[in-house]
Amino acid sequence: MTDVAYDKPMPPLNRDSKPFWDSMQEHAMRLQSCGNCGKVRHYPRPVCDACHSMEVEWVRASGKGKVHSWTISHHPFHPGFIGDLPMTLVTVELEEGVRMCAQMRDLQPNQLCIDMPVELGYEAATADLTLPVFRPA
Amino acid sequence: MNLMDKCAVTGIGETEYSKNSGRSVVTLQMEASLKAIADAGLQPGDIDGVIPYGNLEVVAEDFITNLGIEDLRYSAVTPLGGASAVAAIQAAVTAIAAGVANHVLIPIGRNGASGDRIGTRVAAMPQFRILGEYEMPSGNIAPPQLYAHMARRHMELYGTTSEQLAEIAVTVRSNALLNDNAVMTKPMTIADHQNSRMISDPLRLFDCCLESDGAAAVVISSTERAKDLAQQPIYIMGVAEGHPDSPSIITQRPDITTLGTAKAAPRAFGMAGVSPKDIDVAEIYDCFTYIVMCQLEDLGFCEKGEGGDFVSNGRIALDGELPINTHGGLLSQSHIVGMNHVCELVKQLRGTGGKAQVANAGIGLVTGYGDMGDGSVAIMRN
Repeated sequence: MTDVAYDKPMPPLNRDSKPFWDSMQEHAMRLQSCGNCGKVRHYPRPVCDACHSMEVEWVRASGKGKVHSWTISHHPFHPGFIGDLPMTLVTVELEEGVRMCAQMRDLQPNQLCIDMPVELGYEAATADLTLPVFRPA
Repeated sequence: MNLMDKCAVTGIGETEYSKNSGRSVVTLQMEASLKAIADAGLQPGDIDGVIPYGNLEVVAEDFITNLGIEDLRYSAVTPLGGASAVAAIQAAVTAIAAGVANHVLIPIGRNGASGDRIGTRVAAMPQFRILGEYEMPSGNIAPPQLYAHMARRHMELYGTTSEQLAEIAVTVRSNALLNDNAVMTKPMTIADHQNSRMISDPLRLFDCCLESDGAAAVVISSTERAKDLAQQPIYIMGVAEGHPDSPSIITQRPDITTLGTAKAAPRAFGMAGVSPKDIDVAEIYDCFTYIVMCQLEDLGFCEKGEGGDFVSNGRIALDGELPINTHGGLLSQSHIVGMNHVCELVKQLRGTGGKAQVANAGIGLVTGYGDMGDGSVAIMRN
């Protein structure tokens, strides 16, 4: 099998985001937690909005969550996703109280409903990038 | 300081709206600006404040150079995407009321159809940086997708239907058919909407606005000076902007069925001293049908979750309880980032709304919405 150039958008890595993407590569997603008050926040950023501490810890996420909302995209907004259409994107509320958006796997769209339990999965996009996906729990 | 009635819209100007202007963006904006200045009965050199559109494609320097402004005393940008035009009115009113400037020009224009499309620009905009870092890699990229998550939750929580969204698209289209300067010229039925292709479920093609070429501009002046100018002053009773919780990523917003509009609305109505039932005509920023419904709720025209019923049974039609988007809106007239909405409200309150004139329009409202949730609201009277 020949290598096909990866043509989907890549996350621009920076000092705030790299620990998250590193944890995805390890199949052990970690979330930022305030080093002072412990509030979990996502997506990663430098300051806790509750206590304004800039101390950060990274905590392992359980990977469990429930569906908050979703969309099924039919239009190719980016050429890299044409082969994936139609694709289901879910907004998921994680057990830790923060949300994330990723593609849904192994489910017919008409089976989706609010609060459906889901769990995090890991998919290798390239040798250096692992993306989150969700599956029915 | 209470800003109610301190300022008025004194001039409006619009170019032809099209899918291919064949002209530069700076040319379009200058044409609209010259029309607005002439409409007010002013000379270009009378303009001493300008608030260019926040994408900085055309800047204050261009207006100084082209209009021959000798002493520009005030310039600013209001970077709220589609909420920029109405937010700029708030900036203009504060500058004029404080005595910094006398006549502030607010121009917006672009080649949105023949130039770069919005989807290709989003990734480069700093307010979308978080989206680029964490969601675009999974395919959550463009506004119709981002707002579809909002619309889907609204539907699941409140029973809102696609047919109710269609009521908005069909009503706004019927208004565009009365407008000589509208891009869309064919009638639309509920069935047409339901048969239009799915873009990002639940949003269909006819839930989405146009992308257009053209420009529009307004001049804001102090009420004192407005009385000596060429047109009937349209007084700015109340104006406000509001930013939603988690403004740069919808996913983390505590309530994804609420926009920044909900924060702006009480301030704008409070300043104006009126309530939603006093509004005779409303020009609601309509990048997507769902966003119109959500704003009507956030503005207080109905309760959260009741938007679907509110837009049904002709209530938002020209002869209904609350006529909206009398010009055809972004959905069917043209996407001039909502400055066409401001111009239309002024026409309605002047009584020059043509075939779409709402009878006895005395108090009106215009909104802006953009950048994933920013909202802006202005209430005006004749």
